[in-house]
Amino acid sequence: MAPLLVVENLHVSYGAVEALKGISLYLDEGEIACVLGANGAGKSTLLKAISGLIPITKGKVFFKRDELNHVPSYEIVEKGISQSPEGRKVFSTLTVEENLNLGGYSRRRYKNEINEAKERVFVLFPILSKRRRQLAGTLSGGEQQMLAIGRALMSSPQLLLLDEPSLGLAPILVNQIFDIIREINQQGTTILLVEQNAHKALGIARNGYVLENGALSTSGSAEELTSNQKIQEAYLGGTALKNYRKP
Amino acid sequence: MEVFLEQLINGLTIGSFYALIALGYSMVYGILKLINFAHGDFFTLGSYVGYTFLVFGSSFITAHFGLWGGLMAAMIIAAVCVAVVGVVVERAAYRPIYPAGRLPAVVSALGASIFIQNAIMVIWGPRYQAYPASLIPNIHIQLGGLHITVLQIVILTMSFMLLGILYWIIQKTTFGAAIRATALDKDTASLMGIDFNKVIFFIFTLGPALGAITGVMVGMYYRQISFTMGWNYGLKAFTATILGGIGNLPGAMFGGLILGVLEMLGAAYISAAWKDVFVFLILIMVLIFRPTGLFGEKVAEKV
Repeated sequence: MAPLLVVENLHVSYGAVEALKGISLYLDEGEIACVLGANGAGKSTLLKAISGLIPITKGKVFFKRDELNHVPSYEIVEKGISQSPEGRKVFSTLTVEENLNLGGYSRRRYKNEINEAKERVFVLFPILSKRRRQLAGTLSGGEQQMLAIGRALMSSPQLLLLDEPSLGLAPILVNQIFDIIREINQQGTTILLVEQNAHKALGIARNGYVLENGALSTSGSAEELTSNQKIQEAYLGGTALKNYRKP
Repeated sequence: MEVFLEQLINGLTIGSFYALIALGYSMVYGILKLINFAHGDFFTLGSYVGYTFLVFGSSFITAHFGLWGGLMAAMIIAAVCVAVVGVVVERAAYRPIYPAGRLPAVVSALGASIFIQNAIMVIWGPRYQAYPASLIPNIHIQLGGLHITVLQIVILTMSFMLLGILYWIIQKTTFGAAIRATALDKDTASLMGIDFNKVIFFIFTLGPALGAITGVMVGMYYRQISFTMGWNYGLKAFTATILGGIGNLPGAMFGGLILGVLEMLGAAYISAAWKDVFVFLILIMVLIFRPTGLFGEKVAEKV
C-alpha cells in the first residue's frame, strides 16, 4: 500500500536562513508518527510547509500521490489535511461554535456532514458542547487546546497535523489530550504529531523522526527510538536525570 | 423637545451615512491593517455615477421604473460601477505594495485618493453639481410637532436596512465568521480553508458599493455634490471608525450613528460653526479614556 503522505528532501528557507535542510519522511494510512526535536529545530516549519503556509524551496510533498508543492493552504484542507497549529491559535473573539464551524469551512456546503462532525467533536470533548456559546478567548488553556484540535477535526481530515498539543498544559491535561489523540487515531485518522514531550509522543506513535537544526538526525520505530541511548539522553531525560544527585 | 427630536432624526440620518462609509474603512483595516484613504472618494464617485444616471436617464427611468424604481436603479448602478473600481484600485495600487509593509500602502492609498478625486474633477468638472430637483418629491410630514420629509424617512429606512443586512452577514453567517477570523489571524484562517483573496475581493467590492450607495443618498438628501466631498465624509467616517474601535464592524456602525447625532445636537444647542470642534473633542476624550474605542474591547488571550 502506498503511503498517505510522502515528504521528499524538503527544503524551506526564511530569507537567507535555511530552516529545513532536506527532510524526508512518510506516513502510512492509519498510523501516528511523531516529530521530536528541540525548540527551533524546524518542527513547526515542517508542518507549515506541508499545510502550504510557507513556500517550499526544494523537494516535494505528496499526499495520496498528489503533489502539494504549489497548492495554496486553503485548498490543502479540502484535500484532507488539517492542522491544529502551535499555540492553539483559536479565534479568541469568536464563539466556540463559530470556531468549530470555521473548522468545517471547506465542507460548508455539506450541512449534515458538518453537524455530524460537530457531534463527534462534542463526544470527544464534552466541555466544548457546554461552552459552545462562549467566546473562545475566555476558555482555559486546556479547553482552547481541545477547541483547536476539535476545530481541526471539523473538516473530517484523513491526515491530522498536531503542533505541540501538550504545550503549557498541566500534566493531568496532557494525559487527557494524549488519550484523545489516540482515540482520534483509532477512529481512522492518520496523525503527524509534533511534540516536545518525547516520552508521551513515543508512547502513542508507531514511528518517530528526530529533527536537529533543520535536518533529520535519527528516525525509526517508536521502540527503537525509546531504547536509543542518544535519544534517551537528549529528549527523554534518561541518564542525565538518573545521574543527577542533590548536592 | 421637538428641536431635540428633529435634531436626533437629522443626526441619525447623517450618522447612518457616516456608518455606511465607516464600514468600508473598518473592513479593510480589519483584514489588511491598511487605512484606505481612497474610500471617501469611492463614496464621491458613487454619488457622481448616480447623478449622471439620474440626469441623463431621468425621463427613461421614470417611464419604465417609476420614481423610486429609478432611484433604486441609480443606486445599484453606482454600487456596481464603484465596486469594480474598488477591485481595480486594490489590484493596481495596493496588492503590489503589500510586501513592502504597511506604511507604503498607506501612502499608496493617499495617492489613489488624489487620483480618483482628480479623475472625478476631469470627468465631471470642478464645479458643484446638483441632483435633479424634479426627481425627488419634497413631501413634508407633520408628526405631532415633528417636521420630517418623506425623503428623510426613505433614506433612514434604507440605511438601517443596509446596516442590518451587513450586520447579519458579518455576525451571523459562516462567511462573516470567516471574515472576522481572517481579521484576527490570516494564517490560521487559511488553515481552515478560507481563501484570503476571496475575503479581499469581498471587502473591496462590498465596502465601495456601500460607499457608492451612500453617495447617491447624500446626493438625494443635500442635492449638491462636489468632487472634494469625499474628504470631509471620509474624515468623519474614519473618526466614527476610531470612535467605535477600528476593525470592529458593529463598532463602526454605532460610531457613525453616535457621531452624527452628536454633530447635530452640537449644531443645535452649541453652535453650528463649532459642530466639528464638538465632534473631535468627543473623539479625543474617547481616545484618552478608551484608546481602543467604545467597542474595541479585546478579550484577554490566555496562554
